[in-house]
Amino acid sequence: MNLNRRSLLKLSAAGAALSLTGLPALAAIDELVIAYNVTLPSWDPTVGPSAVNPTIQGIYQSVFDQYILQQPDLSPAPGLLTEWGWNDDRTQVWMTVREGVKWHDGSDFTAEDVAWSLARVANPDTGSPIQFVWGTLKNHRVEGNKVIADVAQFDPTIFKWMYFLTGYVLPKAYYEKVGAEGFEAAPIGTGPYMVEKFERNAYVRLKANEAYWGGAPEFKTVTIKFVTDSAARVAEVESGNAHVTLEMPYEEYDRLKNGPLAGVATPVSDIGMIFLNDIDVMLDPNVRKAAALAIDKQTIIDRLLSGYGVAIDTLQTPEYEAYDPSIKVGYDPEKAKELLAASGYSPENPVKFKIQTTKGFKPKDYEMVQAIVGLWRKVGIEAEIEVYEIAKHYELRAADQLAPAAFYNWGNSVGDPTTSTGFAMFGPSPHSVWDGADLIEKIAPLWGEADEAKRIEGWKAVDRYIAENALVIPLLQYVQPILHAPGVKVVPHASGALLPHLMTRG
Amino acid sequence: MFWQKLIARIGTTAVTLIGVAVIVFVVIRVVPGNPVAMMLPPGATEADVARLTALYGLDKSIPAQFLIWVQGVLHGDFGTSITTRQPVLDLVLGRLPATLELSIMALVMAVAIGGTAALTGTRLRGTRAEGAIDVANGMALSVPDFLWGLALILLFGVLMPVFHISGRVTPSLELPFTTGFYLFESLFRLRFDLWADIVSHMLMPALALAIPLAAIIGQLLKQSLKETMHLDYVTLSRTKGYGENHVITREALPNAILPTLTLVGVQFTFLIGGTVIVERLFSYEGLGNMAIDAVINRDLPLIQGIVILFAVIFTAVNLVVDLLYTVLNPRLRHG
Repeated sequence: MNLNRRSLLKLSAAGAALSLTGLPALAAIDELVIAYNVTLPSWDPTVGPSAVNPTIQGIYQSVFDQYILQQPDLSPAPGLLTEWGWNDDRTQVWMTVREGVKWHDGSDFTAEDVAWSLARVANPDTGSPIQFVWGTLKNHRVEGNKVIADVAQFDPTIFKWMYFLTGYVLPKAYYEKVGAEGFEAAPIGTGPYMVEKFERNAYVRLKANEAYWGGAPEFKTVTIKFVTDSAARVAEVESGNAHVTLEMPYEEYDRLKNGPLAGVATPVSDIGMIFLNDIDVMLDPNVRKAAALAIDKQTIIDRLLSGYGVAIDTLQTPEYEAYDPSIKVGYDPEKAKELLAASGYSPENPVKFKIQTTKGFKPKDYEMVQAIVGLWRKVGIEAEIEVYEIAKHYELRAADQLAPAAFYNWGNSVGDPTTSTGFAMFGPSPHSVWDGADLIEKIAPLWGEADEAKRIEGWKAVDRYIAENALVIPLLQYVQPILHAPGVKVVPHASGALLPHLMTRG
Repeated sequence: MFWQKLIARIGTTAVTLIGVAVIVFVVIRVVPGNPVAMMLPPGATEADVARLTALYGLDKSIPAQFLIWVQGVLHGDFGTSITTRQPVLDLVLGRLPATLELSIMALVMAVAIGGTAALTGTRLRGTRAEGAIDVANGMALSVPDFLWGLALILLFGVLMPVFHISGRVTPSLELPFTTGFYLFESLFRLRFDLWADIVSHMLMPALALAIPLAAIIGQLLKQSLKETMHLDYVTLSRTKGYGENHVITREALPNAILPTLTLVGVQFTFLIGGTVIVERLFSYEGLGNMAIDAVINRDLPLIQGIVILFAVIFTAVNLVVDLLYTVLNPRLRHG
């Protein structure tokens, strides 16, 4: 580089401007800045709406540890619990607690903390939204560095919930001392980062926990800015105000990943699907099967999502335990026409029903439904689109009042079939709208199946039955785009959690 | 006479606020979107739904819920936020200073830009410069504030990254503030380093809010000045030998400014309303940003609190403008 008087003046002016405004320097990343797509309303990861918001879990996991660690590929690993299991007759669970771990205030983490945390969320008065899971254990007690609890109702997925929503260990002594309000003001955990400063709706500044049992994180200070607008998030990384961001339009991702920024886009445990409600025309299997066969999922992914998505045929993604690649629902518009003709429908005399969808809640949700409606029209299905807010969807689904078809996304970061097919398709669940007795009979025995291999095979059989009868239309697995400065190496997590302690310089 | 008017005005303000409270309370409870349904994960039973519904007091009838809420409000308790589990009053009062500072800064910028444009346009009337100012005014008026925000983010955040485009203050700075009014308190404390940082954060969102308002102010003030400039007393002052600048600023402006003042008051309330989108765009931690989160999460107590506070601000501003107008306009003051 040739330095002359003019260029030196320009550099000086730019440097002065930057130092005046306090913008972060691009060259050396001492303090990692992440532009996050949601705000953090509450610090208690076990109660309230925030506790079940999948997007926030990455922030919680930076400060708190879960009972069991979940690795980036969704598999479990020893965390605060080093070993766990049931007794032979499945009447008790036992958990061995890691020793030598410290809370952020320097006090010792003990088995008492684990027993208290489990008992707390099992208590209906606490307000845990997952109490129905934690309440399956009772009489939590400590024996040395082991925690024992009696099984009130056998749930084969109980240990999976220990690395899922609300599965966090909180500090018993500290929480009892400061209370809920005090904890909210100054939360402590055993996680890789400690909360240094928190401005609601604005940012949280984290300091590395040098004594972290899993090894001290590489970035000693991390600021997570809550930037909910995707255009503003992109501007943040593009301008160098932030080093990492996530969830932006795929077109923007493509534009920037090969330019000034680097990017990583991997499938996450979040799927797009169409609920079918067993009412009206959806009681006709020919209509359902035709609706499923008439959708060209791959073309929709390629055209609308720039190829970022994985077509799926069951509610399991390839990372899930009950994924069965042999279950296929192809794109076959001719077969769809045949099925509809058998029921007296054709493009001239189409079957009519309503499909509900959100608009802008997930990437290209409305556009995808528009494309699907277009494909349906060609085979003899005339669907009317109704746009609603996600809150309305929840309310209608809980009341079993969804339209015959309703687009939705379903997250399942533990990858267990009960938390995908199970809850979505089991009639008595308030989150299912398919009430067929045949399916209920098939699913019911699996809830308490103790033989793990048999249980997984059972769910695969259920998925095959659902696919063959088109009781739901799985569409795609979403891909999460992450943009980052070239000086940062990001390890994506299949749960979708953006974890700063997995980021390194590189 | 003045005091009677004032008391009557305060009375109608109180009635307005009660009406707003009732309407908002009912509307947010009958529109679709149950916060408990949003909170419950798959697998929850009907019993879980009932338990959480009761926990948040949503199992009672709307009149019963309203009565409980009013009783709380009379004791200074606006309820507890469902999402943050913090007292609503603490949350909204904590965010109010940020929004007020942003709105005031935007208003000052709008008055300065709009006023300058109007005075310059009047001074240079009949020239090409006046036409240019009119065109700029039209452009500023035809683009909404959030689009100005996006344009400013691209211009000064990405292409020439000289200003901050998110937040209210740099997170790494240690803040000695005891109030939420960071901008004013940093000045009082003579912490110009902090003041510069805060201004650097506020400038873009404030400008986005100010541009459309500046155009309105500029247009109206220029029109008023134009009309005033033809009045006899202005002609008289010219014949006395006063210069054009004196005539415009000292003679015409005091009369021409009254309609603009009323407009500024009304527009200020709209400007505060505009902060909802602009704060979101710039991730500015004010009331507007909080309001959007509250709506997304169906945090009914928080929505209620924010709307009531907005209503209080709106009515208070209108009251102040009316009073100011009375004080400034001799015909109203004595009539």
